[in-house]
Amino acid sequence: MTDAPLLQVRDLSIDFGTPRGRLHALRGINVDVPKGRIMGLVGESGCGKSTLAYALSGLLAGNGQVTGGAILMDGQDVTKMSDRQLRDMRGQRVSMIFQDPMTALNPVITIGRQMLDIQYRDPGTSAEKRARAAAMLDRVGIPDAAAQLGSYPHQFSGGMRQRVCIAMALLTKPDLLIADEPTTALDATLEVQIIELLRELQQEIGCAIVFVSHHLGTVAELCDDVTVMYAGEVVEQGDVRSVFHAPAHPYTQALLECDPARIKEATRHLPTIAGTLPDLVNVPEGCIFAPRCAHAWDRCRAEHPAARRASAHHTAACHLLDTEART
Amino acid sequence: MTETATYKSPSALRIYLGQLAQNPMGLMGLILVLIVVGTAIFAPWLAPYDPNQIMLGPRMGSPSAAHWLGTDHLGRDLLSRVIAGGRIAMLVAVATLGAAMTIGLALGLIAGYGPKWLDNILLLVFDAIRSFPVIVFGLAVVTLIGPSLYTVILVVAITSIPIYARIVRTQTQTLRSAEFILAEKAMGASTFRILGLHVLPNVLGPLLILASMDVPMVIATEAGLSFLGMGVRPPAPSWGTILNDGYNFIRNSPWPVIAGSVPIILVTLGFTFLGEALRDIFDPKLRRNL
Amino acid sequence: MAIYALQRVFLSALIIAVAVTLLNVMLHLVPGDPAVMVLGPRATPELIERTREAMGLDRPFAIQMMTFFGNLLRGDMGTDVFTGRSVTTIVMEALPYTLSLISVSILWAAAIGIPLGAYSSIRRNTWIDRVTGVLSVGTISIPSFVMALYGVLIFAVWLGWLPAIGAGEGLGDQIIHLILPAFAVGVSWVGYIARIVRASMLEVMGESHVRMARAFGLTERRITRAYVLRIAVLPAVTLIGAGVAHLFSAAVFVEVIFARPGIGALIVAAVNERNYPIVLGAVLITTAIIVLATLISDLVIAWLDPRQREGL
Repeated sequence: MTDAPLLQVRDLSIDFGTPRGRLHALRGINVDVPKGRIMGLVGESGCGKSTLAYALSGLLAGNGQVTGGAILMDGQDVTKMSDRQLRDMRGQRVSMIFQDPMTALNPVITIGRQMLDIQYRDPGTSAEKRARAAAMLDRVGIPDAAAQLGSYPHQFSGGMRQRVCIAMALLTKPDLLIADEPTTALDATLEVQIIELLRELQQEIGCAIVFVSHHLGTVAELCDDVTVMYAGEVVEQGDVRSVFHAPAHPYTQALLECDPARIKEATRHLPTIAGTLPDLVNVPEGCIFAPRCAHAWDRCRAEHPAARRASAHHTAACHLLDTEART
Repeated sequence: MTETATYKSPSALRIYLGQLAQNPMGLMGLILVLIVVGTAIFAPWLAPYDPNQIMLGPRMGSPSAAHWLGTDHLGRDLLSRVIAGGRIAMLVAVATLGAAMTIGLALGLIAGYGPKWLDNILLLVFDAIRSFPVIVFGLAVVTLIGPSLYTVILVVAITSIPIYARIVRTQTQTLRSAEFILAEKAMGASTFRILGLHVLPNVLGPLLILASMDVPMVIATEAGLSFLGMGVRPPAPSWGTILNDGYNFIRNSPWPVIAGSVPIILVTLGFTFLGEALRDIFDPKLRRNL
Repeated sequence: MAIYALQRVFLSALIIAVAVTLLNVMLHLVPGDPAVMVLGPRATPELIERTREAMGLDRPFAIQMMTFFGNLLRGDMGTDVFTGRSVTTIVMEALPYTLSLISVSILWAAAIGIPLGAYSSIRRNTWIDRVTGVLSVGTISIPSFVMALYGVLIFAVWLGWLPAIGAGEGLGDQIIHLILPAFAVGVSWVGYIARIVRASMLEVMGESHVRMARAFGLTERRITRAYVLRIAVLPAVTLIGAGVAHLFSAAVFVEVIFARPGIGALIVAAVNERNYPIVLGAVLITTAIIVLATLISDLVIAWLDPRQREGL
């Protein structure tokens, strides 16, 4: 790995203006995504993983604001781009797949028209663009693709619509694909098919993927690297194997214990992490996970932990890793 | 029940009044409405002259110290006529909306809680009534029973009933399958008890807001029919008859038309702004043409 | 699609039949004899008897209704009590004037209201949005006959720019004569349409397919025009379809105030001379057109919105 990573998120902080005050949704996020690698973003609902995903393509909601740090795409800061530059980047170098395929496509415009519209910057006649769209639909497994260009989204099932969305996202062969829980709204068998499709296409096109999910099994299967987020901070990240086989942060450990797929003994109760997410308007001092952590001691409540090496291939932000201080 | 009870607690009322005070258009509407309602109530004491008294002074007179809004083609004082007209307009509004709400409530409850076939018949009748234009329907009724204040009330009440009945019907149907109603039913509560105790308090709020937004429509219809000579009979001073007299002499003096129309504009604006503000505060989801 | 249209047509016919029956029932519930109402209090008993026979009033109500519907199906709505002319002919002569008035009114209102609503939704919370909002509510609540009276007062009486009376001769003159009436009928619709388009634009702007279009780098202009507005005009179409009844009501006043021929003027004249067959015929045609307009607006929506085409 000689060149700089494709995507570098550096110390990124994002606030949302709410009636209760400023909500500090993301605080000091650092993530690297090298070319052609798949990065999983995992965490509970509300941990900020979707916020981060939207921020990557400059699509924050109107009340969201970047208060610090940078998002470097090929060395260019997304947070400082003009509307024009953002538009040039979106759909060309960075594209996105969304959570709910039922509402992601415009209901009154044909699939073909929508696929033609997103190629407006590309050279070629509209017949060529139609052919390209049909070929891509065929590639994602839409039967009778050329004829389906005249169909409307509601004529497809949820799984088929997500395939259409994937086709649109990869039509322009982007460098980075951001997938925001693309399988959450689908049932389990479809989920497997979509993941399989994403993996195949990723290998063909060679793009990097940021894959947001709260489903650890899917992340383990698809991703090369993983970033575990909790309450707006990165708590652990690195090679997916290292993180999942030897989790160093108590939160990652708890998250893995709660994953139904990993429960080995028969039990009547699904395990849960005790406590609730902290208030992000008035962020407490110290480690953000301390109130819910079984291992927390005085230092955790006073000092915010920095990322430390947990193994050869991953890091975690936890005072437990500071071996010198413990002894 | 706790949810519906919040409407009545004084602290909630104060919160709503506070919200209204922060809404400049709503506040303006409230002030206009209070002025008009106050004028209507105290009309006999406020009017400087008898609205039908023919003055010895100038006819079609411009505003003067003696006649603030001027005089009409018979020399009657326009200000006194406008004030008396406000009383008629308010009377029609209260009578019409009261009748339409009561009957609409009853029919809506029947449609929403009764058997399916009855619901279908009522819906068809509602749709049929709504497909008449109010004024055209009013004119047809006038041919049958002749023009009068009561004809106006009858016409507007009949054409408004479907709007109220539909709202009540929808709300009743939603509540009908709500869990707490099903529980009451399982415990053997009578239909009347359920309707009176649960459905009624829930539909009353939206109904009253809708009624306050309908006041401009009622007043405009009364004035409109009277303007055509099909409503309040002369010499009674409805705003519509003032406008009709004024229109016939529009090339001689603009004052009767202005005197008759400004109150209509103010009262419709007042009730619309107030109704909009009330809707925003109490029930943002309530839309007009439901 | 064809089945949907047929269902709608059938339902519409049913609504018209119910409406006509209601009118006839009212006619019979009312104390007093329609023949006497037509002829006035000074008619001789023989004349009343002859008129009753001519109007079919001596037969039972059920037979009268059946005859009425039977004649209606053949396009026969009876005859004018005074001139003996066919009611159908008289109503159809007046109809084009009213239809042109209300269609010109709604067209100019939509042509201004839709862009205004779309623009104020994009420029939300700016002064132009607020002014549009207040003006919309203001114009919506002011009755059309008040607008018409001020139109006459300002543009005809004071300024003398536009004619206030009649429908005009020849195309150019007719257009000039249409300006003030169409303004009076349409102005409140500018507010109505702008408001509903603004509200539904804001709603659609928040839907996730718009976010997706942005994520693909489509320009805001393209998103608003091709992706959002197409969905946002749907409620406006419904509103206009349901509002044709209000347009007819407004047309009554405007035709009287500007002394224009038309259905409204016809009904008012007929009411004044108690010419009941004309009133009934005109009300019937008006109702039919209103029901038809609702049907057309439903079909236009089905055409604009593919989801509606199959769901129904």
